[in-house]
Amino acid sequence: MDIKLYIILAITLFTIGMIGVLVRRNAIIIFMCVELMLNAVNLLLVAFSKMHALNPSLSPTVASDAQIFVFFIMVVAAAEVSVGLAIIVMMYRNVHTVDVNFLNRLKH
Amino acid sequence: MNTIFQLAWLIPILPLVGFVINGLGRKTLSKTLVGIIGSGVILISFVISVLVFLQIKQGHTDVIHYFDFIQLRSLSIAVDFKLDQLSGLFLLIITGIGFLIHLYSTSYMHEEDNKDFAKYFAYLNLFVFSMLLLVLGANYIVMFVGWEGVGLCSYLLIGYWFRNSDYTNAAKKAFVMNRIGDLGFLLAVFWLISKIGSVSYDQIFLSANLAKLSVFDITGITLLMFVGATGKSAQIPLYTWLPDAMAGPTPVSALIHAATMVTAGIYMIARSSALFSLAPITQHVITIVGLATALLAASIAIQQNDIKKVLAYSTVSQLGFMFVALGTGNYVAAVFHVLTHAFFKALMFLGSGSVIHAMGGEQDIRKMGGLHKHMKITSITFFIGCLAISGIPGFSGFFSKDSILSGAYEYHPFVYAIALFTALLTAFYMFRLYFITFTGKFRGTHDQEHHLHESPLAMTFPLIVLAILSIVGGYIGVPASLGGHDELSIYLSPVVKSVEQSLAHETEYVLMGLSSVLVILSILFAWVKFRNYKNALPTTWLQKVLENKWYVDEFYQKIVVEPVQSLSVFFNNVIENKIVDGIVNGVGKLVNYSSRQLRWLQSGQVGAYVLLMVLGMLILFFIQLFL
Repeated sequence: MDIKLYIILAITLFTIGMIGVLVRRNAIIIFMCVELMLNAVNLLLVAFSKMHALNPSLSPTVASDAQIFVFFIMVVAAAEVSVGLAIIVMMYRNVHTVDVNFLNRLKH
Repeated sequence: MNTIFQLAWLIPILPLVGFVINGLGRKTLSKTLVGIIGSGVILISFVISVLVFLQIKQGHTDVIHYFDFIQLRSLSIAVDFKLDQLSGLFLLIITGIGFLIHLYSTSYMHEEDNKDFAKYFAYLNLFVFSMLLLVLGANYIVMFVGWEGVGLCSYLLIGYWFRNSDYTNAAKKAFVMNRIGDLGFLLAVFWLISKIGSVSYDQIFLSANLAKLSVFDITGITLLMFVGATGKSAQIPLYTWLPDAMAGPTPVSALIHAATMVTAGIYMIARSSALFSLAPITQHVITIVGLATALLAASIAIQQNDIKKVLAYSTVSQLGFMFVALGTGNYVAAVFHVLTHAFFKALMFLGSGSVIHAMGGEQDIRKMGGLHKHMKITSITFFIGCLAISGIPGFSGFFSKDSILSGAYEYHPFVYAIALFTALLTAFYMFRLYFITFTGKFRGTHDQEHHLHESPLAMTFPLIVLAILSIVGGYIGVPASLGGHDELSIYLSPVVKSVEQSLAHETEYVLMGLSSVLVILSILFAWVKFRNYKNALPTTWLQKVLENKWYVDEFYQKIVVEPVQSLSVFFNNVIENKIVDGIVNGVGKLVNYSSRQLRWLQSGQVGAYVLLMVLGMLILFFIQLFL
């Protein structure tokens, strides 16, 4: 399949994720959007890895490097989710809302 | 090394020790102790100076090395003392007359507070120390240190009564005027260093080193040195500080005018005579400036009514005479006149101090008169001083002045004529002063008349000693034409060489006779005019101009002081307030403003931060991809 389609899909997912982060106020939605961006990147990495694996002029390790990166990102994302959700839970316990605009005390 | 010369370092150090003791102990020491320490150190210095002088007189001279002061690649400046004929003579003048003035001060300043009394003696000792350093130094740098020290002490002493703002202004004036001269001296020393690479006299005056200097160099160096001398020795255009220096206590005036300070310029030029002899242009300049100063100051002295002002202008005028002698290459005569002038000017200043003391601080001679019958010793010694300064044959001033005049005649008859005229003015104003003060009727208040008394022994003793010296002091330099041997010029010949005098003895007799007769006539004229002086206001315009000192101070005020002041005001208002403060405050305001604007970025909204982050990332992408 043509690589361009993968790229377009990844950019679309990434943009949706980014816009979600920018415009939504619900912390959980923002969180999900961040995950979406991470996975868009993962998709792109896998697609490029597959493409390079078919290219005989490159060294065979190039393909596996990208896939290892994907695992790294998954691990980091899992860690992030556990920490982030914990923060959100604590936030909800304290202020009974998950609206990020409510917490604007960073200003002070 | 000569054993006595090994003691030479004590000569300046003792006054310094006196300064330290009196200065630090000013709150605890009693007046008697302060007086004993202050005068005693000078007396010991004097004794050592006499011993040193006797050695020098036998022909022993030496340069004593103490330690290195500055070491730069090829330039080495050491603290060395030069003991030779010239410095030996000056040592005697400074410590001898200095001691008499210290002794006199113990009585004159006795009404001061304990603390001020000690302060006064500390300054006085420091003054003597600086002057001794100036004279003893074997190179221009040590001389310069003393030179500056003298300037500082004159400032401190002129402004001794610092609660009076006029006096502190006079002190400031003296300091600033001296600084102008000092700059000239310093530049001359730099010039010498750059051309010869040494500052020590022995090095510079080697003929091999003198040959390194072009005519331009020598003229420039000597002119700059002369600028220095005009500052210290009060010549046109920097002389105005000296009359104002009368603000200090009278013994200080005596010290400044007779033994120290103003003779520094003469000493420096006499010391550098090897240089000046090679610079005819400078010599012309010195002669003209000296002559003009002598005449101007003498004319001002005629119409002054403050006893100390008359003496001050007389000093300026006599210094002018000395510069005429220096300019005409007659260095020995200049040193000779320094010596005799030191005697009679110290005498007259101390005498005027005695008068002021008796009058309870009054200095205006119009309010004196008839003091002779109240204070005989002061009056007689003062009279001797007047005779000496006028150049009556037989008194010390006659020989030195005659030596200057005959040198001037040889140089140019016109110079002689002006100098002679100035000498007549000298005799006239000195005797005007004498007659107005000591003869006629008393014109002060009744209280003052009741208070009149002769001064105590501590004040009259120096007067008597100085009077004797004023009479006999001239006999060390009796010219050959009068059957003398001119011992002074033989004595000084290893250090300073005057131009050979080639006047026939007959010409000299005519010149001496002429000046003596004219001087006596002008004294008689003063006697007729001021014997029974009554207060009179100046009538003619000339008298008014003279009384106002040719308006020189006003002229300087307009030409120098006011422009400088308006420049300062300009700098203060525009440069300082607008530009400097503007920049400093502007930086502060800019930071304040920009931080207030940047504060809006810190909204505290997580979304806003994320937006900024995304924008930043986009900018980075943009830079990465397209630039």
